[in-house]
Amino acid sequence: MSAGEAAARWVGQSVKRREDPRLLAGRGRYVDDVVMPGMAHAAFVRSPVARGTVRGVNTSAAAGLPGVVAVFTAADLNEPGRPFWKTMIGPAGQPPHRLLAEHDVRFAGDIVALVVAESRYLAEDGAELVDVDIDPLPPVLDPASAAGGAPLVHPERDTNLADELPEMPRPDVDRVFASAAHVITETFEQHRYLPVPMECRGVVASWDRWSDRLELVISGQGVHEVRLFYSRYFGVPEDRIRVVMGDVGGSFGQKVFPVNDEIAVVAAARKLGRPVKWIEDRSENLIAGGHARDQSMRVEFALDADGALLAARTHLVENVGAFPASGSGSMLLAATAVFPGPYRLAAYAGSGQAFFTNTCSRCAYRGPWMIETTAREQMMDVAAAELGIDPLELRRRNVIRPGDLPFTTAVGVTYDAISPAQTLEQAAELIEYDKFRAFQRQAREDGRLVGIGMSLYIEPLGAPGILATEAATIRVEPSGTVNVLMGTGSHGQSLETTIVQVVADYLGAALDDVHLIQGDTAATPYGPGTAGSRSAAIASGAAQQASVTMRQRVLAIAAAMMEANPADLTMTDSRITVAGDPDAGLALKEVAAAAYLSPASLPPGTPAGLEVAERYQAPMLNFSNAAHACTVEVDRATGVVRILRYVVSEDCGNMINPMVVEGQIAGGVVQGIGGVFYEHMIYDPDGNPLTTTFLDYLLPTAAEVPDLEYGHVVTPGPTPGGYKGMGEGGAIASPAALVNAVRDALAPLGVRVTSQPLTPDRIAALMAGIT
Amino acid sequence: MTELDVSLTVNGQRRLARVEPRKTLADLLRQDLGLTGTHLGCEHGVCGSCTVLVDGLAVRSCLMFGVQADGSEVTTVEGLAGDEPGSLGPLQRAFWETHGLQCGFCTPGFVVSVTAFLEECPDPDDEQIREALSGNLCRCTGYQGIIRGVRLAARLRREEQEARA
Repeated sequence: MSAGEAAARWVGQSVKRREDPRLLAGRGRYVDDVVMPGMAHAAFVRSPVARGTVRGVNTSAAAGLPGVVAVFTAADLNEPGRPFWKTMIGPAGQPPHRLLAEHDVRFAGDIVALVVAESRYLAEDGAELVDVDIDPLPPVLDPASAAGGAPLVHPERDTNLADELPEMPRPDVDRVFASAAHVITETFEQHRYLPVPMECRGVVASWDRWSDRLELVISGQGVHEVRLFYSRYFGVPEDRIRVVMGDVGGSFGQKVFPVNDEIAVVAAARKLGRPVKWIEDRSENLIAGGHARDQSMRVEFALDADGALLAARTHLVENVGAFPASGSGSMLLAATAVFPGPYRLAAYAGSGQAFFTNTCSRCAYRGPWMIETTAREQMMDVAAAELGIDPLELRRRNVIRPGDLPFTTAVGVTYDAISPAQTLEQAAELIEYDKFRAFQRQAREDGRLVGIGMSLYIEPLGAPGILATEAATIRVEPSGTVNVLMGTGSHGQSLETTIVQVVADYLGAALDDVHLIQGDTAATPYGPGTAGSRSAAIASGAAQQASVTMRQRVLAIAAAMMEANPADLTMTDSRITVAGDPDAGLALKEVAAAAYLSPASLPPGTPAGLEVAERYQAPMLNFSNAAHACTVEVDRATGVVRILRYVVSEDCGNMINPMVVEGQIAGGVVQGIGGVFYEHMIYDPDGNPLTTTFLDYLLPTAAEVPDLEYGHVVTPGPTPGGYKGMGEGGAIASPAALVNAVRDALAPLGVRVTSQPLTPDRIAALMAGIT
Repeated sequence: MTELDVSLTVNGQRRLARVEPRKTLADLLRQDLGLTGTHLGCEHGVCGSCTVLVDGLAVRSCLMFGVQADGSEVTTVEGLAGDEPGSLGPLQRAFWETHGLQCGFCTPGFVVSVTAFLEECPDPDDEQIREALSGNLCRCTGYQGIIRGVRLAARLRREEQEARA
């Protein structure tokens, strides 16, 4: 082996996580664990109604309460004209922006006042004393009532339409529909359910008046964009802002963008000149922390007599709430771009409308565009039933096969290095599809309701704009310790382990010598953070690239020290050896010591020290794929669904750490189980949120989930290590597989299933013929 | 508001605090005693993240006032780690082995709850494990690694006890 090449020693292994010991011992550092000298605590006063006119906010009783430091309302914190945008999204196309409600409230949970006190208990006491006088107005709660001459959610705009993908004339698609043997239309609804990280949002903001510097501790998905955001928002140069994030208790998209609540706390800290902490409570998180899904998609399929899918049309309608987070407001384009999925669909036209409503704002949530898979994969089963073809067979007839690649979809996206046909077959084999069908025939004769469902998807890892790059600075310190500094934002993704595996291999260092430092703008190079399933695939590219360069640097110095040819040297486990001379060797720490302490002894042209900084640019698109298959039994008496088996066959390319890959799949699948069977954010007809605790908003527990089974197909992707994104796929594909299984189970009853959640009472009603 | 003195034994050490009667045990542990391993995920007794042992029983520390723990023995997740720096107890080691955590926020609650469960039920079957875990919520793992972790911990625990016997 020569310089630049390294042994794959740790990559591919289920290395135990570097993060775990501290987290298991209760020694993590989450945002609420941070205490600053002189720190005060914030609590919000929120609108109890969905829409109304603010007559007055009386803060005097609260302000007079001993221990209350300040009470802020819109007049104190709203400063018009603040630039409110993320680099990735740009300033255009946002809902109107204000931190606190001023003349009117626009959803139940809208911020009316912010109380800062010496303790959280006192802040909540103060919040209770704030007297808010609101004249309620009839709210707009769903797209159907938001259209036409409905009241305006945002009076600054003349429409509730947040975004539109207009229906364009498509004679090519129309022609196929006109001559197709089968045309099928169905509309699929997906209810409102939420990311629900176990750690709510939170922020600790310290704005020192004298130096005019902001130190911010966040619970988020990355620090650098947050710093840039606040720099723009407050008009303060980036060098005066330091953003830090320690351990983060999950996010799933919810914490990716700074939101009004956090900005208001930062603004309050600036006014007060003392640190302020705000930790969102669970009811706030459920009411106002950001909602997701809540869409419907009408799908039309044109198929030939043999079941070949010839053309499709879709129309997506979205409820994006009052103040959708930047970049999450509309999924019209994203969902439409991804809709063709894993099938040889030649003609396709998509359109849609997104509406503002007087409900909590849309935020990003694990596969924000996933309605396309939920709808497409259900439609495959609906079409299969219509044509009298088994749904597995219909998928086989249409799935993209290896010989079709590279394949350009009807929206012009080109796939390569994917394996949808292989994962379909592997999933069918793992779930023992034919055996289940035989069992099902018998079970149906016995009066049992058992079903099988599948779902395929292609997960895009998009790398546009700032998402395209990631940087790694690798420092071999004088002691031989290897520090890897990156702008990543791990919040459960295990990057402290997987990045270290990559660096250990490509540098040739001992695993225990390598450490990832992230989550601090003062220490790390710019990176957009974790989002869009990008971290393992793109951050690893930077880590690998910088490791290869560092390895060459180390071996060049070692060659001079050993009087050997660099091409004859290799490094493994932090030890440099010479080919053919196993006794000769140098430790990495000896090279490091020389690099820093004896710069005069280095070969000519070699920089002193051992520090390498490189930025990796990823390919624009990188696709992973998977097939999910599950079996269920529906209890005829109660409508309760029991999941019998759940199988995932996926292809995320080379796996850095299979244990971590399977953990990501499992988490996503179980979020889908929650979404289909348990979780539902409900508003009453006046716009009051009803599911405001974990007693009403039900998450799945260990008692509701089966042991998941996995199969892997490995088709290396276009990144240096052949890795692909896979963080969102579990949550994208599972709802359709589960609904399909329930539909199949209920098929003997002639029941039409097109919406979720499939709670026992809903299924009982379906079985009783109540729709 | 009047504050009251509380004296309790936490992880084997006698600790004193002076708190308002309305302060939860969770906040007392986190804010007054600096034991931030106990986490608050809902503050209404459902998620289980704040679970601690009070006189050997698993308790939601968000539903108990600190003053109610006066005179009690409390064990938090910090007290379940080994004595040596960096060392872990058998259940913690099992969770490490089986990828029983991702973001780690719910983890202390699981570790404490399962500790109490295995004390009561040292050789559980899968149904018992799932039922015991159903009082704690996790959003990252889909419970897969947690269930495997409990199976492994039960085995490790039995082996350790047999080795000691």
